[in-house]
Amino acid sequence: MSWIDFFRGKRKEESSASAAKERLQIVLAHERIGRTREDFLPKLQQELVAVVARYVAIDPGKVNVNLDRGGDMSTLAIEIELPAPAAMRMAANAR
Amino acid sequence: MAQVVVVTSGKGGVGKTTSSAAFATGLAQRGKKTVVIDFDVGLRNLDLIMGVERRVVFDIVNVISGEARLNQALIRDKRVDTLSILPASQTRDKDALTKEGVQKIIEELSAEFDYILCDSPAGIEKGALLALYFADQAIVVTNPEVSSVRDSDRILGVLQSRSKRAEEKKDPVKEHLLVTRFDPARVERGEMLKLEDIQEILSIPLLGVIPESESVLKASNTGTPVIMDSESAAGQAYADAVARFLGEEKPHRFLEPEKKGLFKRLFGGRAA
Ligand SMILES: Nc1ncnc2c1ncn2[C@@H]1O[C@H](COP(=O)(O)OP(=O)(O)OP(=O)(O)O)[C@@H](O)[C@H]1O
Ligand SMILES: [Mg+2]
Repeated sequence: MSWIDFFRGKRKEESSASAAKERLQIVLAHERIGRTREDFLPKLQQELVAVVARYVAIDPGKVNVNLDRGGDMSTLAIEIELPAPAAMRMAANAR
Repeated sequence: MAQVVVVTSGKGGVGKTTSSAAFATGLAQRGKKTVVIDFDVGLRNLDLIMGVERRVVFDIVNVISGEARLNQALIRDKRVDTLSILPASQTRDKDALTKEGVQKIIEELSAEFDYILCDSPAGIEKGALLALYFADQAIVVTNPEVSSVRDSDRILGVLQSRSKRAEEKKDPVKEHLLVTRFDPARVERGEMLKLEDIQEILSIPLLGVIPESESVLKASNTGTPVIMDSESAAGQAYADAVARFLGEEKPHRFLEPEKKGLFKRLFGGRAA
């Protein structure tokens, strides 16, 4: 290493490699768990939608599942769009 | 109707995923609605290169098997809003991909997108065949190296005989040559195949030449497609190639070894 490296991008390179390490640790931690267990997300979503559908007429196409895998904590956000009040009343009457 | 573009090579590790991520991002940056599909079932990596690995919920196999809807599996890019990613499955085997399943996905995507990019796995087996089957255009990624050129020739043969267009005797798949990991200094020293030699052997139109560049590794470290690094030679070369793909005239750059200034000669310089 020449002395000039001291002033040049050395630091920056280290930070991109450490970003790589951190990203890998997180994604691999999640994948290793997944290897020994059945992928539960499709089933979880189906069951949730079925439960909600018992109470409200929902369009299964308007269900959004968002996941953010983190190191300490992950968040799973399931967003279910509910129909307009008029449509809900109709569904209730039909019951 | 969307254009289906396969990024393929035959040989492994030549830069298909790097190029798929760069092209998809570049097309989207130019306002084209673009989706990039990872066909490497079992060895998903496009999510990492695109920096969306934390957000993968469903994948292409979930969609084919009916466990998730297509719009649930699509990951919308947070940097470029016209860009989406459809990840490959990490857990299942290649047999989970079927021609009918892929066809349905491509038809559905066609309604929403301008470009559907297919990042092919290496080889000429099922995954690679499916990735190229529906293609209207092909970007053949080649390194200046004998085995890569030979495998590109192989894959060109496959495109011309086993794609949907070939089977249905329609206009052939439009082929583009993308030479990557090109090192002008080594070419000059005679250690690496010359560009003209590759072109002469494969004789398909040259879309671009991407220099060997350290910025590619940095980009993958951080999950930012290298085309977003507009300072880097590789990023600029990809941006030029995308422009050419869209019909613009751009001279080829980065074909000559970098002329080192006094400072760099003294202290050693690396390609950005
Ligand atoms: N222009 C370049 N300069 C330097 N390194 C590069 C360049 N292009 C690709 N690479 C590196 O080459 C390796 C393989 O790249 P990539 O994963 O894109 O290839 P691939 O063809 O998709 O591989 P596979 O066949 O396994 O899917 C990676 O380590 C990547 O960082
Ligand atoms: Mg790849």
